[in-house]
Amino acid sequence: MKTKLTALALAATLAAAAPARAELVVPSLSYRTGPYGANGTQYADGFADYFTLLNERDGGIGGERIQVPECETAYNTEKGVECYEATKDTGALVYNPLSTGITYQLIPKVSVDKKVLYTPGYGRTSAKNGKVFEWVFNAPANYWDGASVAIKYLLDENGGDLSGKKIALVYHNSAYGKEPIRTLQKLSEKHGFELSEIPIDPPGQEQKSQWLQIRRERPDYVIMYGWGVMNQAAIQEAANIRFPMENFIGIWWAGSEVDVLPVGAGANGYKALTFNGVGMDYPVYDDMRKFVIEPGKASQGGQYVGSALYSRGMYAAVVIAEAIRKAQEIAGTAAIDAQQLRDGFEQLDITPERLTEIGLPDFGPEISLSCANHGGSGMARLQQWDAEAKQWNLISDFTEPDQEVLEPLIAEDSEAYAKEAGITPRDCN
Amino acid sequence: MLYREAGDFKTSYREDGQTFPIRLDRWGYYAVLAVAFGIVPFLINDYWASAVLVPFLIYAVAAMGLNILTGYAGQVSLGTGGFMAVGAYAVYKLMTAFPEVNIVLHILLAGGITAIVGMVFGLPSLRIKGFYLAVATLAAQFFLVWLFNKVPWFYNYSASGQITAPERTLLGYAITGPASSAAVKYLVCLCFAVVLAWVARNLTRGTLGRKWMAIRDMDIAAEIIGVNPLTAKLSAFAVSSFFVGIAGALLFAVYLGAAEVGEAFGINKSFLVLFMIIIGGLGSVFGSFAGAAFMVLLPVLLKNLLVGGFGWPTNLAAHIELMIVGGLIILFLIVEPHGLARLWRLAKEKLRLWPFPH
Repeated sequence: MKTKLTALALAATLAAAAPARAELVVPSLSYRTGPYGANGTQYADGFADYFTLLNERDGGIGGERIQVPECETAYNTEKGVECYEATKDTGALVYNPLSTGITYQLIPKVSVDKKVLYTPGYGRTSAKNGKVFEWVFNAPANYWDGASVAIKYLLDENGGDLSGKKIALVYHNSAYGKEPIRTLQKLSEKHGFELSEIPIDPPGQEQKSQWLQIRRERPDYVIMYGWGVMNQAAIQEAANIRFPMENFIGIWWAGSEVDVLPVGAGANGYKALTFNGVGMDYPVYDDMRKFVIEPGKASQGGQYVGSALYSRGMYAAVVIAEAIRKAQEIAGTAAIDAQQLRDGFEQLDITPERLTEIGLPDFGPEISLSCANHGGSGMARLQQWDAEAKQWNLISDFTEPDQEVLEPLIAEDSEAYAKEAGITPRDCN
Repeated sequence: MLYREAGDFKTSYREDGQTFPIRLDRWGYYAVLAVAFGIVPFLINDYWASAVLVPFLIYAVAAMGLNILTGYAGQVSLGTGGFMAVGAYAVYKLMTAFPEVNIVLHILLAGGITAIVGMVFGLPSLRIKGFYLAVATLAAQFFLVWLFNKVPWFYNYSASGQITAPERTLLGYAITGPASSAAVKYLVCLCFAVVLAWVARNLTRGTLGRKWMAIRDMDIAAEIIGVNPLTAKLSAFAVSSFFVGIAGALLFAVYLGAAEVGEAFGINKSFLVLFMIIIGGLGSVFGSFAGAAFMVLLPVLLKNLLVGGFGWPTNLAAHIELMIVGGLIILFLIVEPHGLARLWRLAKEKLRLWPFPH
């Protein structure tokens, strides 16, 4: 009897928490532990705080409160699956796992379970093709956009000619880091620069040999696709071999305070891509202070407010909130489901005026999505680290990537996926 | 009172040598099988399948595989993750190259391919032993992961190096791919686990198992009494890798659906499976299941208790969880160095004497 009771009690704890209905549920599959925790925790804070702001200030969206249950994934795909399964029956609308590995797992699952997967700036690049990836959105920019914008920036610096230059790609040896390779190869054919690929095995604390190789090869520029502890280790190593920081460009995931602060003055001049603004100079922070930070409702006490990753997490929340608003408008009801949210995403139109209205003028690029285009314009800009002032400064305007190169690649990759998964692309007209 | 041999008469050698000599044990075993096959599939939902039972069964298969090699044959291996990767990539290549062939056959073939790879990496075991062999298998782990990362043929030249399992069916039910139902996934893994456990049990108590154990206990003595170390060691590597390969194939195709070699089959996986058999009990089929249950279920249970039950912040809960699991591992190893299987055996011994212990 006793064993039976124990077994029952165990079974009860193993089962997921009971669902709470009648609210908009936006699960946050976050990670605040492990080698990527330092980065993930700031993103999760920004994501949670914006929804707290909407709840506190406006009573939610359209009168529906938003619930953001958190589930720790530690950037681990198995835990990610567990989190997804644990939350999907609670009325979850949209997932934003902040992990390319988990995204790859969830892409097939969300199309069966009919949930929206929103992966801003990460995930599977070809998900931009909404004809094939009905439930996945990756606006405002994806990895290939990032690679192309970086090259465009370098073209501008060199008067439009990169022929004969050497560019090294230092990447996280995982699905994430490998994504841009094909794009950069195409771009190197087009512009005549020489590309060398340097993988770094995750988590990437140890990179001595790779930077020795860079020191030997003397590339003109280094582009980095890194995440977690790998970033600060790479920037430290680059500083050690006295690689000129202004020739070192990171993708947006390698451009946060945690990556450069440990290196100190050596990181001065390091550049990174971004698709959102940083810092506290936005009107939205007045409300944030009043409704979230001062009443003590901020996630983790608000210690990271305004940082690059906090801002990016907040930006993801802004886009989701706007999509929910749009979906409510289309469906005519405040209590929308995931299907209606998808329609909202497909008609999403975030204009600069709307961003100003939210209190985030010029915070991100204009986003205008459609049935076929789930990825937006792909515009990104560059920021540069000022080690003395300890802040990121924006140094370029939003630049459009080279769609001439990217579009065929996206069509090719999404077709390959459709064929492999047995999907007939939708007709979007 | 009920749990004893008295009155359970054996009239043949066959009956005398059975796995469960006590009637109550046999009934318990049949009851567990009946519940597992007859009741659970009707109650199971996606969460129970994907977060609890499917990983438990798959890791139990992997732990049985490693237990054959380490527990029965005494060859320490740190290459389990790498061999699981071989199973996963083999099944992926087979699935995509021959879509019309039955998926169960592919999984078995993947196990076979892993067995061959395992034998190749088992060759050094003829010359080196103990920690030195562990290092050689560690090299296998790193080499295999590097190989699957480096050579695009293994992941069909996909842009990101990820492998994704397409949908494959058996008797009209989807087994792999997103459309597969919880019950089907569970039943497939359960069938593999039960059949392989049966195979493992019977192999280890037959000639082959006795040879392995002779090699484990003292290889020179074993050689003197006529055990050929070459065949004994290589067969241990082959059978073990077969099990591990099937576990890897199931992990990728049925459980995860998409995988990336460094993340899903890294060195952490090798250690995880090694911990399972150390905690469960070396040289015991039951121990493999107990160890897998401990390592897979306990974190999920703690997470649900701390976050779902007490409402703690997720990061605090994750850190406490690591500490509790780590602490429990140390506690178990101090209190019972022979693992959960030994604890279970002691409990049964006590039960036999109850209520009149001498």
